[in-house]
Amino acid sequence: MRTWFDTLADRARDRIQGSEGFTLTLTGEESEFARLNRGMVRQPGSVTQCAVQLRLLDEGRQAVATIAASGDRTVDFARLDGAIDQLREMLPHIPPDPLLLISEDVQSSEDVGPSNLPPASEMVDAMLAETEGIDLVGIVASGTMVRGFANHLGQRNWFARSGFNLDWCLVHDADKAVKTSLAGFDFDPDTLRAEMARAKTQLALLTRPARTIEPGAYRAWLTPAALSEILGVLNWGGFSLRGLESGHSALRRYWTGEDRLHPSVHLVEDIAGGIAPDFQEDGFRRPATTPIFREGRMEGALVSPRSAREYDRPHNGAGESEHPVSLSLAAGDIPTEAVLERLGTGLYIGNLWYTNFSDRAACRITGMTRFATFWVEDGEIVAPVNVMRFDETLDGLLGAGLEGLGADAAFLPSNMTYGERATESVRVPGVLVSGMRFTL
Amino acid sequence: MHDAVVARFRAALPPDLPPAAFVSLRLVDERAETLSIRKGVVEAPRISHDIGAMVTVHTGGGLGYAATSDLGENGLRQAISRARDWAESTAARAVFDTRGVEMPSPTGSYRTPVQQPWSAVPVSDRVAWLQQMGRLIGTDDRLVDWEAVLHGLVVRSRYVTNQGGDITQELHHLIPDFTLMASADGVVQKRSLGMRGMARQGGWELVERAALEDEVVRCREEAFELLTAPNCPSGRMHLMLDPGQMMLQIHESIGHPLELDRILGDERNYAGRSFVTPDMFGSYQYGSDLLNVTFDPTRAEQFASYGWDDEGNAAVRHHIIRDGILVRGLGSTTSEQRSGLPGVASSRATSWNRPPIDRMANLNVEPGDRTFEELVAQVERGVYMETNTSWSIDDSRNKFQFGCELGRVIEDGELKGLVRTPNYRGVSATFWRNLAGVGDGSTFQVLGTPYCGKGEPNQIIRVGHASPTCLFADVDVFGGA
Repeated sequence: MRTWFDTLADRARDRIQGSEGFTLTLTGEESEFARLNRGMVRQPGSVTQCAVQLRLLDEGRQAVATIAASGDRTVDFARLDGAIDQLREMLPHIPPDPLLLISEDVQSSEDVGPSNLPPASEMVDAMLAETEGIDLVGIVASGTMVRGFANHLGQRNWFARSGFNLDWCLVHDADKAVKTSLAGFDFDPDTLRAEMARAKTQLALLTRPARTIEPGAYRAWLTPAALSEILGVLNWGGFSLRGLESGHSALRRYWTGEDRLHPSVHLVEDIAGGIAPDFQEDGFRRPATTPIFREGRMEGALVSPRSAREYDRPHNGAGESEHPVSLSLAAGDIPTEAVLERLGTGLYIGNLWYTNFSDRAACRITGMTRFATFWVEDGEIVAPVNVMRFDETLDGLLGAGLEGLGADAAFLPSNMTYGERATESVRVPGVLVSGMRFTL
Repeated sequence: MHDAVVARFRAALPPDLPPAAFVSLRLVDERAETLSIRKGVVEAPRISHDIGAMVTVHTGGGLGYAATSDLGENGLRQAISRARDWAESTAARAVFDTRGVEMPSPTGSYRTPVQQPWSAVPVSDRVAWLQQMGRLIGTDDRLVDWEAVLHGLVVRSRYVTNQGGDITQELHHLIPDFTLMASADGVVQKRSLGMRGMARQGGWELVERAALEDEVVRCREEAFELLTAPNCPSGRMHLMLDPGQMMLQIHESIGHPLELDRILGDERNYAGRSFVTPDMFGSYQYGSDLLNVTFDPTRAEQFASYGWDDEGNAAVRHHIIRDGILVRGLGSTTSEQRSGLPGVASSRATSWNRPPIDRMANLNVEPGDRTFEELVAQVERGVYMETNTSWSIDDSRNKFQFGCELGRVIEDGELKGLVRTPNYRGVSATFWRNLAGVGDGSTFQVLGTPYCGKGEPNQIIRVGHASPTCLFADVDVFGGA
């Protein structure tokens, strides 16, 4: 596919005229998906797709076309030529774009991971073999993802990964379930077996009679998966310079220095430690790390080339959306085996769900507990807890309310597949909170 | 071109396919264009042409699918082979036996009624409309951000089966939209059309009818007024919701819980389950007797209208809730047969690259008999809320908390001043039973959104929700921090 992308880039270069320039980005995948329910196969299939985005530039104007690519030279050349013609017709009707910034520093790269995956059907077999008689629901996703960039200046970037993401629940009854994920580039049945065993141990705890807690503030341990949901909602423009400067970001008061998080909070965009490509859609390279919070103070934001122009700051390789793709929150000092003891009495929250803002400007967040959440007394799990709604500020979670961070940060590749399989990830520890407010 | 793809598909069907096997091709050819202006700068126009096909095979009791952007005969042959392999290799472990599911194979065509295709309006005219919106928004130190957007989409599809089915559909969508942000003294307020709520089907005439020029001026003034408005009051009180917030309320706490695939458990790992159980259909008091909800993909101008769903089921309007009683679920042939429950033509896929699952399409609350003023007059103490800005609900679609951009206090039957950061929370299973008043046709709006997420692999789909203004009693209302 790399060679074919180069062929398309060469075609675009040959088709532009005069003062025109272009950028070309490619996203593609050959994926297999198997949806599972009740320990059986619900909906298995394969997806082969590829899209190419062409940006035509001329004298400060730009227009963008995205076309599906078939892999057939005649078909794809015709689509590419048609897109160039269409954009060329549009440009005169559009004013010059004062915020346009293109990469003129040619930095080509190639990053191709090994491909050692077994067929997805083998992963399905392995999962179902481990869960006979258990109500398993989830998905197997596997295959190769590619990203490419080219421009009229001769830059070429290529990224390919063959990986898998198994994401499933073992369900006890109704909404009482243990959620587990296993993702990577080399599938090891023994690792799957170990994860299943861990999940089955927790599943046994869910058979105890559930407890309903009253609204109020509770001491709580949020697992890495639960805390990643909090980071997820902050992601909605939170770390974006444009969001921070235009009022969309919930972190605005941290950006202006009015508020700060707990001094143990160190948050970076960690491209070097993630699985996303190190180039963005305009061909700018992403630095290995970008500091966001250091010792609780917000000291950085994600700056796209466009925002760099708008707000007169240097960009840091952020994509146009200015969403982080590889956030990493530094671990603390609470060993995993000491979590329940440190929690003492309170809530062990396995997963949060459907987070949103009660008051975005105040960074007050609401959401639900989900799956395996337990009531803990004197360091012992007592009972599963029925789902509860929380409504808490970021300060209550990672500021004044933070008692400690876990010593083991979990690496959580995104299981999102909207449009295509994601290359995002987060690395995050669990967090001990002194009083998390629950309302319903 | 579509005929050629269909011919290749037919040529690629393997001769050794068992006679009882069902094979379908769903070809989707989607052309979109987005024009936008932000803070006076016309942003890069974006056009797209996405085309590909989904092949589905039912054989030996199993099912499999394969999606491909390679529409040559070889690409389609490989897709059929992959789908067949999945069906055959998983049949013995399938959740249900597809031999018990009779898939429809209809013929026909459907096209959105369009007076003036948006694509026929010159780009310069559409840019001029955006620039006019910008002029109406104007300049003010308190305006920290704004944008206006025109998104047009034409989806042409062809659904063909090996048993004689052949459907052609052409859907024209258009979304005019704007958002503006105001800020002063550390307070930030947003006004918008909420989740691109003016999304509809039709042509450029939609823009002319929407009269957004008036809306944008009203929203600008409201944003400024909200900057100094008091916080929303807290307490249990009456809650009156405009059609924009009703869209979200219907979607989250009626639409999703009634999807049959949730009730069957397919979604428990991601989108969630449902508090609704199969035994509730036909008898469960979902809401007060004022509540009438219809599934209506036949309402031509609404965002999620069609002639057939993505498994060939003909679009038919049905009551889902009648006089407060739950009568029907949202799910198509497969889920109806799996669950034994009555459903609707709602098996839908986001595009060619995802398989159909049970979705909403147009899900509407039917108008009642109260004018806006009569609804207000019913309230001794309450809040009127407009335009969703926050949404959160549990995985059983029961405990929810929603927030709006704008609130307005109601006291002793009269609308009073604005309040900011209005929120409310409740439980689906009881909230709708407190429906105390339903607005008449004068309060009714046809809205929609392109943002409904669900499924594994994930899918975002277009939905429509039309509703009158509605009044609820005894709701837990509160404000910001």
